[in-house]
Amino acid sequence: MHEYSLVQAMMRRVEEEARARNATAVHRVHVRIGRFSGVEANLFATAYEVLRPGTLCANAELAIAPEAGEWHCGACGTLLPAGAELVCQECGWPASLMRGGDLVLERIELEVG
Amino acid sequence: MCDVCGCGDSRIVAVDVHERLLSTNDRTAAHNRAHFVEHGLVAINLMGSPGAGKTAVLEATARALGTTRRLAAITGDLETERDAIRLRAAGIPAAAITTGSACHLDAEMVHHALHDDVAHGADYLFIENVGNLVCPAIYDLGQAVNVVALSVTEGEDKPLKYPVMFRKADLVLLTKTDLLPALPEFDRAAVEDALARVMPVPRMIAISGRTGAGINQWVGWIEDLRERPPQARAAHPPDD
Repeated sequence: MHEYSLVQAMMRRVEEEARARNATAVHRVHVRIGRFSGVEANLFATAYEVLRPGTLCANAELAIAPEAGEWHCGACGTLLPAGAELVCQECGWPASLMRGGDLVLERIELEVG
Repeated sequence: MCDVCGCGDSRIVAVDVHERLLSTNDRTAAHNRAHFVEHGLVAINLMGSPGAGKTAVLEATARALGTTRRLAAITGDLETERDAIRLRAAGIPAAAITTGSACHLDAEMVHHALHDDVAHGADYLFIENVGNLVCPAIYDLGQAVNVVALSVTEGEDKPLKYPVMFRKADLVLLTKTDLLPALPEFDRAAVEDALARVMPVPRMIAISGRTGAGINQWVGWIEDLRERPPQARAAHPPDD
């Protein structure tokens, strides 16, 4: 249930930006949640619903963009099929996670009076 | 006020941030890491389910290595100092972090625990994380490596069910192998196959804290870490 502390971190960051720009409210917050980020999108959204009342985000929509995971060969860049062994069948090199590992605060839409 | 027609409606201004939400934790973790490197301390983040045998691994490590290396530990649990008390009895100076309801340790908690000076002069700092196969995986603590304890009774498919945890692991310790005579259905090859699908560089050592089987191989693995430059210890970078 680390989603609650992550939402708190997100709201602190959003409020920093809002104060720096003299915003009256937050309109929308965009986050990207990777398949291998260790964050469950539904729990993140629930935590946001619980935590937003009384904050600058009280009326702000949370827009979550899920991101699929993509493992590529760390040497030749070949995309590995989902669920396969994480080693390149061509060159035997270990795979690297190229997409889907992060939880990212992408964009904030602020209401400026 | 709207600056197009002056109607009094507020304007929407979009601010591009593109920032990892864990960046504050990552900065503190980088601070911890620099501290560990500066003091020649190899920090090992030991994770696993509740009851996977994490504390027993450290007790066995103390028996094997305690006379030649100085060990220290930070333990994380929701309540009680029981693990820290066990480790102190095994000769490992240990500080306990009780997290209350938090399901993981973060870099800030470890940073505060370091102020207890438990790691002063130590060669290894074991951070025994909160027993949990989910949340601890995403918090960088500043460790050199992540080690996941997986006991033989947990099921061969645990790595497939908890891929984020095992993807972050530099080593998996298959624990409680002394129980295998009572588990004829246990399939070690199935565990290795599952690890190969979630760990880019799958490495596993089978051990028993009770009998000491495999402990020398585990100790050899952590001793080998000391020989490597800090940036060459983990299988992948901490922010991966």
